[in-house]
Amino acid sequence: MKMSKRSPDKDDRTAASTKNISLPISRVRLIMKSSPDVCNINQDALFLTTKATHLALCSFNHGLGKESNSLSYSDLANTAEETETFHFLTDILPKKILARDYLKSLEEMQQEEEAADF
Amino acid sequence: MAERPEDLNLPNAVITRIIKEALPDGVNVSKEARRAISQAASVFVLYATSCANNFAMKAKRKTLNAGDVLAAMEEMEFERFLEPLREALEVYKKGQKGKKEVSEQKRKDKDKKTDSENDKSREEEEEEARMEEEPEADNEVEEEEVEN
Repeated sequence: MKMSKRSPDKDDRTAASTKNISLPISRVRLIMKSSPDVCNINQDALFLTTKATHLALCSFNHGLGKESNSLSYSDLANTAEETETFHFLTDILPKKILARDYLKSLEEMQQEEEAADF
Repeated sequence: MAERPEDLNLPNAVITRIIKEALPDGVNVSKEARRAISQAASVFVLYATSCANNFAMKAKRKTLNAGDVLAAMEEMEFERFLEPLREALEVYKKGQKGKKEVSEQKRKDKDKKTDSENDKSREEEEEEARMEEEPEADNEVEEEEVEN
């Protein structure tokens, strides 16, 4: 299925002004194409992926920001860990710990290893 | 994979708009949080694509289709998206069909005209078509004239 090739910008804008879509289809296509082994993407599949991403973002952010009236990185990292369907995000949204806590736990691990060697 | 990861992010303005839609009014969003959401969106697309592509490859197809994406959503445990996605797809397909019919009709009308008229009218008519296809260019010209 071919979209109008003459004016790709017009199509993107049309997609943006369509009630339910606000993500630029061309950019989504770019990301999809960067995935290894992907050859072609049907127009409907592209639309669905764009729409699904929108839904996922809304779902992810839903309910956040109510108590503190702000949205911080930690809120996102926590949501990723606490919500099963968003577990796939824990790698790119790792929880942050204080450097001194990290160094402390490193020390403890080393001590345990030394103890085990004996 | 791509060499420049920043090109694989969705535009900030769009991300901001989506966040505003999802959160209550007046919530402050840190820059870091915004960037993280943008990256999360890209990761979602990649994950969904990879999943959908598995279904396509299983069916020995080289083109991802709507069914593959829907199957991917189920695989990723986003079943709650399936209904709204299917509905949105129906609306989208109708819109595409309408657009296609409109542009086909325009082309047919153009063909009829050029067949029956002489060269002079054909020139005028081609100019009209150009104006139709580039309304923005026309607006710019008009604005300049007004300022002058």
